[in-house]
Amino acid sequence: MTDPVLEIDRLTKSFGALCVTDDVTVTLMPGECHALIGPNGAGKSTLVHQVSGLVRPDRGRILFQGRDVTALSQHARAQAGLGRSFQITSIIPEFTALENVALAAQARAGKSFRFFRDAGRERALNETARACLGQLGLGDRGDLVAGELSHGEKRLLELAIALAGAPKALLLDEPMAGMGRAESATLTQTLLGLKARYPMLLIEHDMEAVFTLADRVSVLVAGAIVATGTPKEIRNNPQARAAYLGEATA
Amino acid sequence: MTASALSAAADGRPAGRRCAVGIALGIFVLLALTPLLSQLYGGGYLTTLAMRAMILAIAAISLDLLIGQGGMVSFGHAAFVALGAYAYGIAIDEGVYSIFAILPAAFAAAGLFALVTGAISLRTRGVYFIMITLAFAQMLYFAMGSLSRYGADDGLTLWSSADVAGTGLLKSDTGLFLSILAALVGVWLLVNRIAVSRFGRVLRAARQNPTRVATMGYSVFRYRLTAYVIAALIAALAGVFWGAQANFVSPAIGSWQRSGDLIAIVVLGGMGSRNGALIGALFLVFIEEVLSGITHDWRLIFGPMLVLIALYAHGGLAGWIERLQGPRRSGGG
Repeated sequence: MTDPVLEIDRLTKSFGALCVTDDVTVTLMPGECHALIGPNGAGKSTLVHQVSGLVRPDRGRILFQGRDVTALSQHARAQAGLGRSFQITSIIPEFTALENVALAAQARAGKSFRFFRDAGRERALNETARACLGQLGLGDRGDLVAGELSHGEKRLLELAIALAGAPKALLLDEPMAGMGRAESATLTQTLLGLKARYPMLLIEHDMEAVFTLADRVSVLVAGAIVATGTPKEIRNNPQARAAYLGEATA
Repeated sequence: MTASALSAAADGRPAGRRCAVGIALGIFVLLALTPLLSQLYGGGYLTTLAMRAMILAIAAISLDLLIGQGGMVSFGHAAFVALGAYAYGIAIDEGVYSIFAILPAAFAAAGLFALVTGAISLRTRGVYFIMITLAFAQMLYFAMGSLSRYGADDGLTLWSSADVAGTGLLKSDTGLFLSILAALVGVWLLVNRIAVSRFGRVLRAARQNPTRVATMGYSVFRYRLTAYVIAALIAALAGVFWGAQANFVSPAIGSWQRSGDLIAIVVLGGMGSRNGALIGALFLVFIEEVLSGITHDWRLIFGPMLVLIALYAHGGLAGWIERLQGPRRSGGG
């Protein structure tokens, strides 16, 4: 059996008396899309924050490519190859779309303690950035100021930023949030194309997207995993239906 | 719309960049002409005024690297100017005249102080950062005031000038003036290069969204601390010139009012723009000169002006001038 890319091992986190992550164990295998679903407030985003290093867990371990990264800072985990997108769009608003992505490519290229050369004219960085924008259909948006892009375009830009870091795994926190039906469908297809190259831990409310993309689904309720299985198993799991799917279709 | 067009200009859009370089060039040429003008009118007074303005501009440009590019509002930047000035003053007082000994000493003092205090201050953000930088500067201010060997609170009058490889470059008014002008041009070039460099791009991005920058794989802290040290070194250079120009150093150079002046200059001129700190410094010295001729309480007039500029002139004086120059550009973003 192959080793998982990402292993969340008995992770626990409380804010005061509120236990937001309750002994959670999740694995992400190479080439896999593992979706995390659950009602609002189930602790999905907090879990992703702990994996990316934004929030420190109280207990448990996070292993990335077999290496314990629990004590590493956000930037060290990103350098190790953990790319992520945020539920609430997180971009550099005053930069152009191209510069946003080029900045991520620059992080990958290393050597950012350079003080004199005009980074905006570095062809290699810009070409990587253009390729990433192109992959997400933003090829003609590069020169626009990121803050002025449409909501859907900003969501895509976030993904482009994550891709430019040449990640070894992607943490996607509701990539479709706030998108229209057509936009979501397009993005689902795009992610389907990326799946082979980037293992994904996907948080998403859009069930169509989840059941199209996911190889495995875990249901998170009140900080704890109540069920894990293939999309088909989860669809038929009474606990999962009660906790989430029932609520969503009611 | 205007705001983003402005920031795009600051980020180095070619059209805005050319315009800003033109303005800076104009200012430098005008400054270079002041000694000539001074001979016709004022008898050296104008040169002295221009030197003071340029020294202030060097310090302000370095502060804008922190505020405008890095989003670090330091309320203790004058401390680094004072360290440079005291390095100069103490060296001269002790009979060390070579500028090649004085400058490294000034840089070492300011760099070390910035490294230590920056490493602590940069663990905080916002108002706490303002407070803690102010506290460190105040510590230094009182430490300087207690140097009884070097004049304590009264300061230290210097009876000779530094020596530049046997030449009297810093001894004549013209030589000193040209040295300061050259330093100003150099600092302006350096900081504007940094702004568009890989390093500057990380710094500017971290001001807008540090979490995003961290998840790209950058240690925001390291970039901010490096910028903090660079700014301190440039401020120390201004301090050395301050000592050389005034032939007098005192703790007042590093007082919190001086730090406040530097922030006012940066805001007045336009944060994070190519020429904001430069224009702001020249404007402050000019307006002080004009207003203090009218009334002793010139700050009563300057204060409301600052309020109006903060409220209405988005992007400060530099932004306002660029809008005058090319209104089409702000629509084209």
